[in-house]
Amino acid sequence: MFNSKANTFKHGIHPPENKDDTNGIPIRQFPFAPVVIIPMVQHIGAPSKIVVREGQEVMRGQLLAEADGYMSVPIHSPETGVIRKITRVPTISGQMVDGIYLEAFPSASQEVAEGIPTSLDASPEEILKAIQNAGIVGLGGAAFPTHVKLKIPEGKHCETLLLNGIECEPFLTTDHRVMLEQADDIFTGIRYLLKATGAKETIIGIEANKQDAANHLTERIPSDLPVTVKVVPVKYPQGSEKMLITSILGKEVPSGGLPIDVNVVVVNVATTAEIGRLLPHGRGIQERVVTITGPGIKKKGNYLIPIGTPLRYVLDYVGVEDNLSEVYMGGPMMGVAVSNLDISIVKGTSGIVVFSNNEVQDEKKIYACIKCGACVDACPIFLNPSKLGILAKAEAYPVMASDYNLMDCFECGSCSYVCPSNIPLVQYFRLAKSNVRKENNRQKELANAK
Amino acid sequence: MLNKTLNINTSPHITKGISTDVIMQNVIWAMLPLVMFATYAFGISALLVILATTAAAVLTEHFLCKISKKDTTIKDWSAIITGILLGLTLPPAFPLWMAFLGGVIAIALGKFVFGGLGYNVFNPALVGRVFLQASFPVAITSWSPALLAGRFTSVSSATFTLPFMTPKIDAMSGATPLAAFKFDKIATDTQDLALGIISGSAGETSALIIILGGLYLIYRNMMNWRVPVSILTTVFVFSGIFYLLDKTTYPSPFFMLFSGGLMLGAVFMASDMVGSPITPKGIWIYGFAIGLLVVVIRIWGGQPEGVMYAILLGNALSPQIDKLIRPRVYGTIKKSKK
Repeated sequence: MFNSKANTFKHGIHPPENKDDTNGIPIRQFPFAPVVIIPMVQHIGAPSKIVVREGQEVMRGQLLAEADGYMSVPIHSPETGVIRKITRVPTISGQMVDGIYLEAFPSASQEVAEGIPTSLDASPEEILKAIQNAGIVGLGGAAFPTHVKLKIPEGKHCETLLLNGIECEPFLTTDHRVMLEQADDIFTGIRYLLKATGAKETIIGIEANKQDAANHLTERIPSDLPVTVKVVPVKYPQGSEKMLITSILGKEVPSGGLPIDVNVVVVNVATTAEIGRLLPHGRGIQERVVTITGPGIKKKGNYLIPIGTPLRYVLDYVGVEDNLSEVYMGGPMMGVAVSNLDISIVKGTSGIVVFSNNEVQDEKKIYACIKCGACVDACPIFLNPSKLGILAKAEAYPVMASDYNLMDCFECGSCSYVCPSNIPLVQYFRLAKSNVRKENNRQKELANAK
Repeated sequence: MLNKTLNINTSPHITKGISTDVIMQNVIWAMLPLVMFATYAFGISALLVILATTAAAVLTEHFLCKISKKDTTIKDWSAIITGILLGLTLPPAFPLWMAFLGGVIAIALGKFVFGGLGYNVFNPALVGRVFLQASFPVAITSWSPALLAGRFTSVSSATFTLPFMTPKIDAMSGATPLAAFKFDKIATDTQDLALGIISGSAGETSALIIILGGLYLIYRNMMNWRVPVSILTTVFVFSGIFYLLDKTTYPSPFFMLFSGGLMLGAVFMASDMVGSPITPKGIWIYGFAIGLLVVVIRIWGGQPEGVMYAILLGNALSPQIDKLIRPRVYGTIKKSKK
C-alpha cells in the first residue's frame, strides 16, 4: 500500500513561508463582539434557512438556521444575545445575502447549549447526519459540507482516510496550532470519521515545516487507532487534495474525478478536531481558529473567533498599521481581497492577512508572454498556462477546455506567482472556466428543451 | 481609523518578483563582458558596429511603436538585446551603415511584423543577420585578425563607408578558423579558439567569456540550461562520430565546439525563450535538431558556418514541437492531442 518513492508531487512552487510570526503563539480566545453579523451563505450549497425571528433571545450554540436540503448545513448562534435584525448582509464576494444581526448580552456567561450527543456506537448514517447537524464544513477554506464529502457513493469504498495537515498557504498557521493543541479532539474525530467512511487506515499528512506538530501527534496516537503520521517536503500547493494524495500515496486522482475514485477521503485536521469536539456534546460549530497576521497587523497570532465577528471589530482589536493597504481572507496565494470591512468571519475563514503600503508593489506592468516556461514548470497538474493564457486573451474558451484541459485547473495560482510578465493567468482561467460552465449549462438546457 | 480605501486585486497576492524587464536586463549584463572583449580584441571598429546595431534596434522599435500608436516597448530592454546580439555576430570591420540597416531589419521584419516581443517566431537578431548575409556577402565575410596594432587609435577603412557604397576591403583580412579548415584544411589551436584570439565576428570568438555569461544566466534561473547543453552535446557527439571515422577529412569535435558562432548561438541565441519550445522535453528535441543541423551544414554545406541557419530552422520547428510534445496532464491517461 505504501509507495516509498512518493513523498511529494511534481512541479509546484516555493513561496516564502512567513509562518514564524504566528506558529509559536498558542491559540487565544477572541472577545465577543457587541454585534455579530451572520450570513446564511457560509458554505458551498444551498443557503441555510433562518428559524429564528427578530427580537428573539438566543443562547450560544442554539440553532439559528437549518440546512436547506442535503447540500446545506445549519448555522448555530455564536453568542448569547438577541436577534436584532434579519436582513441582507454583505459578504466577501460583494454579494448581499440573507443574514442575521445578533446583539450580544454584555453580561451573559456565554455558556454553550448542550445538544443530543452522538456516540461512537452510532451507525455511519447517524454520524454523517450528526456532522451535518453540527454545521460542519471544510475549515481549510473550501467550506464544502463535510457530510457530503464523507458519503461514500454506491459501488465505491474508502480504503484510506487522509488527514490534511499540510497548510501550504504562506502565513497561515491555524492547522499547525490546532495539531499542537487539539490532538485529543483530532483523534476522537478520526474515530468518528473511520466509522463513517469505513476506512481501514488513517494517514496524517504534514509538511516538514511543522515537524513539532508531527512529533506531537505521533507521540499521542492511541494504541488502538490505525494512524500514521507522514511528513512531506514543503511545497505549494501540496494542501490541495489531489496533490496531497499524490504526495502521500503516490496515486493520481483521475481528471474530473474525486479522491474516492482512488479509495481515499481527505479531511482537514481542524475539521476533524471540530468533529471530535462537537459530536460528543451534540453541539454546533460556533467559532473557529483564525490566523491573523501579515506585516500590517500589530498583535499577530491565532485566535479562536466567534463566527460572525465583524472584520472591522477583529482588526480594531488586533491593531493595524496606519499605512494598511490590502486585507485578504485566506492566504496570499488563494485568498480573496477584502473590499469592505463590514463583512464577518465565516466558517471558511482560515486566515486574515494584512499588507501595508510597504509590501504592496506599485502597479505591476504586464508584458507579453515571452514563453519562458516558468508557468509550465510550476503547474502541478501539467497544464500549459502560457498557451492557455494566450487563448484566454483571444477568448477562445471552448478550445481551452476541449484541447488544453482547462477544467482540470484548480486555480492554485502557481502560474501567476512565477510569471515574469505579470500576466494574471489564474484570473483568466477563472473567467474562462466560468464561461465554459455557463455554456455547458446552456447547451444542457437547450437539449432538455427539445 | 479603519476607514481607509483598500486595494483590491485577484489572487495570488504575492509574486516571485522577477519581471520580464529584469530578465532582459540580466541578459544584457551577461553579454557586456563579451562586448568588452570584442572591443579589446578588435578595437574601436567592433564597438562602433555594436553601437550602430543597438541604436538601430532601439530607434526602430520606438519609431514603429509610435507610428502604430502604441506605447513604446523599448523599456522592456529586449530591443537592446537584439541590437547587441546582431552586432556581436558581425565582422568587426563591417561598414556601419550596413550594420545599422541590419538592426532596422532585425526589429522591423524579425520582431515587429509578428506583433512584437513574445510573438516573434525567429530570433530577431538572426533575421537581421540573414538579411545582411544575403545583401552584403563580401562585407560580411571580410574578417580582420584579432589584436591588430592600432586597433584602439584608428578604425577600419570599411567602417565609415558611405551609405549605399561598397566598402574597400582591408588588405589585412584573415580567414576564420572554420573557413580555414573548410577550404584549406588548416586547423586552429584549440586554446586560441577558446580564448578568442582569432579572426571572426566581433562577439563569437571568445568561447570562455560566452560560457561565463551563460553560467551567470543559468545561475540566476533566467536561461534554460537545456538549450546550450543539448545543442553542444549533439554537435560534439555527432561531429565526434565523423572525426573518428576519418580524422583527416573531418574536424575534431573540440574544434567544432569552439569555432565559429556555435558557442554564441547556443548560449545567447537559441536560448531566446520566445523562439524555443516551452517544455523541457521539447527543448531537448529543439537542441538536438539545431546541433544536428549545425554539423550537417558545416560539413556538407557550401558555407563554412551553419549556426545561424540551424537556429532559425530550430525556431521554425519549435511551435510544432510544442504542439506535439505535451506533458500528460495530471489524472489523465493518454495525452490529449489535437
